[in-house]
Amino acid sequence: MTRETTAKAKMPLDGWVIAAALVIGTFYATLTAARTEDPVMSVHAYIFAGAFLLGIFGIIKAYFDNSESLTSQSADAPIEYDLKVIKAGVIASVFWGIVGFLAGDTIAFQLAYPDLNFDTSFINFGRLRPLHTSAVIFAFGGNVLLATSFYVVQRTCKARLPGVFSSWFVFWGYQLFIVIAATGYLMGATQGKEYAEPEWYTDIWLTIVWVVYLLVFLGTLWKRREPHIYVANWFYLAFIVTVAMLHIVNNLTVPVSWTSSKSYILFAGVQDALTQWWYGHNAVGFFLTAGFLAIMYYFVPKRANRPVYSYRLSIVHFWSLIFMYIWAGPHHLHYTALPDWAQTLGMTFSIMLWMPSWGGMINGLMTLSGAWDKLRTDPVLRMLVVSIAFYGMSTFEGPVMSIKAVNSLSHYTDWTVGHVHSGALGWVAYVSFGALYCLVPWLWNRTQLYSLKLVSYHFWISTFGILLYITSMWVSGILQGLMWRAYDDLGFLEYSFVETVEAMNPFYWIRAIGGAFFVIGSLIMAYNLWRTARGDVRTESRSLAPEAVPSPIAAE
Amino acid sequence: MEYNEISTFSQTWGLVYLVVMFLGGVIYALWPKNKSKFDHAAQIPLEDD
Repeated sequence: MTRETTAKAKMPLDGWVIAAALVIGTFYATLTAARTEDPVMSVHAYIFAGAFLLGIFGIIKAYFDNSESLTSQSADAPIEYDLKVIKAGVIASVFWGIVGFLAGDTIAFQLAYPDLNFDTSFINFGRLRPLHTSAVIFAFGGNVLLATSFYVVQRTCKARLPGVFSSWFVFWGYQLFIVIAATGYLMGATQGKEYAEPEWYTDIWLTIVWVVYLLVFLGTLWKRREPHIYVANWFYLAFIVTVAMLHIVNNLTVPVSWTSSKSYILFAGVQDALTQWWYGHNAVGFFLTAGFLAIMYYFVPKRANRPVYSYRLSIVHFWSLIFMYIWAGPHHLHYTALPDWAQTLGMTFSIMLWMPSWGGMINGLMTLSGAWDKLRTDPVLRMLVVSIAFYGMSTFEGPVMSIKAVNSLSHYTDWTVGHVHSGALGWVAYVSFGALYCLVPWLWNRTQLYSLKLVSYHFWISTFGILLYITSMWVSGILQGLMWRAYDDLGFLEYSFVETVEAMNPFYWIRAIGGAFFVIGSLIMAYNLWRTARGDVRTESRSLAPEAVPSPIAAE
Repeated sequence: MEYNEISTFSQTWGLVYLVVMFLGGVIYALWPKNKSKFDHAAQIPLEDD
């Protein structure tokens, strides 16, 4: 056994800490599973215990399998980037993306054809809807952010992620959070807060994972050999820090007991509503905007092979976006019990946000100045650029909808749903797809994608789907809003509620079909990325020459 | 502190605070001496291969 000699290598510190924490966690979860009378808590305690045990085995196995790679590198050795965890993040992104898109299209068809609820609680609209939103935002978007942030921070700092097991703890801990949250929704466990549905114990677990994520990110910045911190890392850091703050404050709950899955929020009434929408809007601002702008600031210059249009503008973009977004939340509570001045404040900041948003959009788009021809030849760059265009469009629409007079028509209608999806599908998903198409060849050491033609198909099919989605929701939303506020000559409401629902049905079908196109596009991407990772290249006339793969060793 | 005091404070000094911070960011970004630093920084993603 030659292995015994190598097995003497020292276990890294973070391996000990994580293993010890997992042992304690296993005992605590098993104890909870034994004592609880709450079926949801019971299932979740078993899942936690099982996952913690797997984690312990994983650390032991990694230690014995390749203990030589666990030893820390000598100071003068070249820095080799940690890319394995990023590969895992890419795979998880594609997987959860398809799950989330499918869940979304399922509930779209449920709205068009309610019999699809099948009279069962587990997969009815009310439970699948948070499953969809969490799957696309936190599972798909979150994994894209994890993977790209670990990639970008290492390369722009010329430093390896600190620790050996910490980044893996973040990755698997985050997947566990997703599984616990999703199974909880299906079993009916929810706090009833939009985008913050997971119950108290899931929130605590996410907090632990998130703090380790922050430490891994900060640790890489700390070790950097590049004096300036590139702007993408500022956006990632703002995303990580702010999401931690939002998550903790909005989830200050008191559990019914340590073995109950139910909890109650500390705040009451309008304070709770304001906290919730301070959280909710900044989930959009810092999770879905700041994080993905970081992707834009790295992957667009990289793909276009030119520096960002104006680095100065990117600094102004960053600080003004950070300072303004945090105040925009009250626009979700127009014409409610929230004090009038707070509503006006939310509206004013939302309108002011138009400036940094468009500053950022211009910065991203103008990065291509002098290289616009690449839009014709490179479908990946086209996807990235269209994502920026959608960013501009939805950050224009958002401030318009935050104006009280407009909001009185648009609020609670499908217009909001359409607006969210032009941002989510057009901006967040497209910039993510662009980053994934870049990352897979780089990570798997391939000089080109399996097929550029399939990227083109993905692009056009998805874009058609998005257009069906948002146009049908505009019509449906405005129709709905106008029908709600229509009065007859005697001052009675013109339409009953069910009449407004009936009027929307055709648009529900169009939306569901648009969503199906988007799902088909994502399946094409998954196939293309899988063949790329395998190293296949489809014979087709290519306008792009094979490119060099970025070296996994940091340049001096 | 009463509600009115807090809201008056945030509606006046809060505004001053945000404007000062914004101006600070703009001045930092436009300061001529920082230009070469930013020109270098913009190249970071393209350099590392």
